[in-house]
Amino acid sequence: MPAFNQSRSRIIRLIFLVAFLVIVGQLFYLQVISGKYQRLADENAILKKTVYPPRGLVLDRKKNIIVNNTTAYDLMVTPSMARGIDTAFFCQLLDIDTAEYRRRILNIIFKNKSAVRSSLFEASLSPEKFARLQENLWKFQNAFFIQDRPVRSYPFNCAANIVGYIGEVDSSYLRRHKDDGYQIGDYAGITGMENSYEKALMGQRGVQYFLKDNFNRIKGPYEGGSMDEEAIAGDNLFTSLDIELQKEGEKLMINKVGSIVAIDPKTGGILAMVSSPTYDPNYLTGADRGRHVADLNQDPRLPFLNRAVNANYSPGSTFKTLQALVGLHENMITTSTIFSCSGAFYGCGTVKAMKCLDPGTFFLRTAITHSCNTYFANVMQRVINNPKFPDIDSSLRSWNRYMYAFGLGHKLGVDIPTEQKGNIPTPEDFNKVYGKGRWGYCNFRSVSIGQGEVNATPIQVANEMAYLANKGWYIIPHLVDSIDGGDKFGLLERFKVKNVPIDIPDSIFTAVQDGMQGVMETGTGRAAKVPGIVVCGKTGTVENYYRGVKQKNHSFFAAFAPRDNPKIAIMCVVENSGFGATFAAPIVSLMIEKYLNDTIASNRLGIEENLVKTSLIPALMLKKMKTRDSLRQVRMDSLERVRIKLDDLDQQDNDPVTDTTQTNNGGGPGNGAPVKKISGESFMILQADRKSNHGIAKRNKILSTEV
Amino acid sequence: MNQPNPTISKGIDWSLVWIYLLLVAIGLTAIFAATYKEGDPLLQSFLKFKTDYSKQFYFFIASAVFALFVLLTDSKFFSATANIWYTFGILLLLLVFPFHSRVKGTESIIKVGSTFQFQPAEFCKICVALALAKYISRPETDFSKTRSQFIAACIALLPAGLTIMQSETGLALVYFAFSIVMYREGLPSIFLIIGFAVAALIVASIIVEPNTLAVILTGIALLTIYILRKPINRKRSILVTIVFLWFVCVGIQRFAVPFLFKKVLAKHQVERIYDLFGKENPYRLKGEVEATPKKKETGTSYNVRQSRIAIGSGGTWGKGLLKGTQTRNDFVPEQRTDFIFCTVGEGFGFAGSIVLMGIYLVLLFRIITLAERQRSTFSRCYAYGVAGVFFFHIAINIGMTVGLAPVIGIPLPFVSYGGTSLLTFTLLLFILIRLDADRQMVLR
Repeated sequence: MPAFNQSRSRIIRLIFLVAFLVIVGQLFYLQVISGKYQRLADENAILKKTVYPPRGLVLDRKKNIIVNNTTAYDLMVTPSMARGIDTAFFCQLLDIDTAEYRRRILNIIFKNKSAVRSSLFEASLSPEKFARLQENLWKFQNAFFIQDRPVRSYPFNCAANIVGYIGEVDSSYLRRHKDDGYQIGDYAGITGMENSYEKALMGQRGVQYFLKDNFNRIKGPYEGGSMDEEAIAGDNLFTSLDIELQKEGEKLMINKVGSIVAIDPKTGGILAMVSSPTYDPNYLTGADRGRHVADLNQDPRLPFLNRAVNANYSPGSTFKTLQALVGLHENMITTSTIFSCSGAFYGCGTVKAMKCLDPGTFFLRTAITHSCNTYFANVMQRVINNPKFPDIDSSLRSWNRYMYAFGLGHKLGVDIPTEQKGNIPTPEDFNKVYGKGRWGYCNFRSVSIGQGEVNATPIQVANEMAYLANKGWYIIPHLVDSIDGGDKFGLLERFKVKNVPIDIPDSIFTAVQDGMQGVMETGTGRAAKVPGIVVCGKTGTVENYYRGVKQKNHSFFAAFAPRDNPKIAIMCVVENSGFGATFAAPIVSLMIEKYLNDTIASNRLGIEENLVKTSLIPALMLKKMKTRDSLRQVRMDSLERVRIKLDDLDQQDNDPVTDTTQTNNGGGPGNGAPVKKISGESFMILQADRKSNHGIAKRNKILSTEV
Repeated sequence: MNQPNPTISKGIDWSLVWIYLLLVAIGLTAIFAATYKEGDPLLQSFLKFKTDYSKQFYFFIASAVFALFVLLTDSKFFSATANIWYTFGILLLLLVFPFHSRVKGTESIIKVGSTFQFQPAEFCKICVALALAKYISRPETDFSKTRSQFIAACIALLPAGLTIMQSETGLALVYFAFSIVMYREGLPSIFLIIGFAVAALIVASIIVEPNTLAVILTGIALLTIYILRKPINRKRSILVTIVFLWFVCVGIQRFAVPFLFKKVLAKHQVERIYDLFGKENPYRLKGEVEATPKKKETGTSYNVRQSRIAIGSGGTWGKGLLKGTQTRNDFVPEQRTDFIFCTVGEGFGFAGSIVLMGIYLVLLFRIITLAERQRSTFSRCYAYGVAGVFFFHIAINIGMTVGLAPVIGIPLPFVSYGGTSLLTFTLLLFILIRLDADRQMVLR
């Protein structure tokens, strides 16, 4: 019997073995061959949390912090938990009434479609409210909590256009910076220095890994935190800005449209860069940032436009100094060459002859001093018609090379994004317009005095002054001198190079500087003299057109000082304000005084005060603003009517839907970001405006005046 | 023979005892790894019978005591009382119907007091193994007769039927493992072949679309007739057989399988089987709302998916004890009981899994070796019964964690958490060890 069927024990063993081998095969596939399960497991169980380092600070040349990091405290609420709390006491803490409290809570529930999700109840608590709440918050546990949020702060409330702002990255930004580790919801520099020095400022993000369970609850650090990466704070930027000078410049430019750029000619460091109208940078940090950005974007005064690098102007008479350089270097004139002006430049006939300011006979120095148009029209005519060139194409091209060498017609490479390149007319341009060989000097004679086809940005003009001050070289103007922890990304290399584009003898510069000194002493800029300082300057009065209609002249002034050992090269443009000597020159003179003497002499404070008070907003802009405000008025009025109606309804019936609808303009009067006053200056948004019932213009925290 | 053994250790197969202790140790470690939470007071919870690993440890102690009693018992006792045990087991199963308490969807558990639960269906395996061995080893049984084979099958299938009535289909299927005993004792191979063929046909009708399968089957039949045309000419009965087989196959495929899935099996069981093959259940009742994919995620396929992720993420060498992110954070449901293998797979990787499988294979082969060296039919049949039950549990349990078998809730012997199952497997094994110790006795 036992021997019977004994062979079947082997078959049974075989069946067992085969079954086991099949299972082992599947295990081999799951555990050794297929790699996806490790990833799936990590997705299941590991929560990756990015740790954001503090952004780098921005400091000025005297180590004042211009851009700082602070924490804003937001009050959050979970409406479902808020039942049965002492509402009256809570409202007392927050300075609101119970109706407002109810309105906000219902609004949140309506927006979230849920009462259990926590939402913002009040953003950026003031220090007093924060302190009061901190003490009493335990009474409202679960319902209310305070969340901190890192924000940029700007202790000096100025230089908004230069430092720029940070904002949430969008999909196109993510695409452009694929390898930099950004993700949706991150903040990055959008404009200004925040953008150009993003790499240094952002620091290095850290990562924390957490274990989570099947309900996504965090169970503790993964691997005891050994895989976590520490966040490394962003690098601080040391800029060449003089924040006091910047503030002075912004103050002088209140209610004017234009720009001031001041450069240290020795280093190329930008001392001040004012673009007016501007805005309070702190306006873009609160919880309402998005709305404020949209608001500023729609403003007809274009506060986001950094005119110092983005606006193209005809450089006007400041351009004459460069023509003098070219004429002398090309031996077309000498310092004693004389042209006389009988009232206009007749070199191109009498039709539309270019007028000069005061007729007379000029040699180079007096021509610069008195800004004689005819003189420079003649100089350029000689340069262009120089017999050593076979045709006008090559002579103009040679002239172009000078202009490019002086930093015009191309981007300088300033460390602010979206710099404009200005324009220098080329033979190709004219060939396109007139046809080859069918044009001559007379077609573009106004270029000789910086009008017509030539365009330059304020920073290019200021750089021109630095070039003249240095007698033949310049360093690309820049804001950042050094980066804390070294220039790891090679962002500053181009600012270490001395540009000596053309070898021009010192004597030529001396001749031009003589003329520019004369401007300040006896010439067009004599009203803007700075006591005790030898300034070389040049006025400019720039004709301009808007859609073919002639507008009031732009007032230009460019200068450097002191003449020996120059410390500041500066230019100012005030749009549509008149003669260069009237507004731009005194502004520059005050700026030079402020920078070199640290203060403005008391006897000149009157000039300053007058300038600050003068409003020179161009008529066109005023018109546009009026249109916008009346549109807004109409919209607000209709909203107001709806609101009042709904308020009536609400009193009869406590329907939550009605209640929340009326709060569509909940961010309206009195609910905006807290106003920070800048040392009592009037250029802040007007309080009266903010308190106005209709709330018009309340959000225009523009450094500008009432209209 | 009548005198008592001087020591209980005489003749005991120590290798099985060591394997047993090793597996229990692995089980305790795995349960510990699956349920221990950081910061638990280890000693305190161990002593206080609060955590699963401490409970399992006490179950082990209790089981060891029972095992000792078994070893102290005269081996003749088991063959003598086999039928009594069987009757007792059936009675317990019947007792469940009035006294069961609903625990996790099963109706097979009797609660004693508030802490102890008892699952007769588990325990009944021992009774069946004994009774089957007893019946086959009776001198008057001639197992080559169909009638004897039928009676033996009934002995195994009666408790299976009762278990199915308690909605424990998984446990009931275990009784099919006793076919190994019958196969060893001379059940014609044709049953085995038919069994495999029917299984293959059922699987095929799940995977392949019904009409296509019918065409394929017809094709196979025609091909066979063509190949065998010469023998058919000589003997007509071959043709009749082929046509009959074709008829049966198509019948099973067209009618028996849909009947099985529609009327016999519960809906969740059909879902599980189709899940296994990655197919949608076509036998859903009319008007029944189609399960959304998200809802499906939370069902069986969620278990299997999580289990596969846990095992797969273990890699070749595993993440280490207590380092498994999936098993430590409750991603795999039922991971201390039916899905305990995930803990091993994740913590110790492919290497650890192979070692565990190796230990099981050694256990099974050792039991077969023991079986073949028995001189009494009773002991041999019993040993094959034990081997069959163990094999079925191991293969199906691990198979379902890696996605090779449908999810039926059966434990992994000695490793899964659970007092009844540990005690049952311990008794099964130690009765065998006891019988083996007295293997010189021929008659029982």
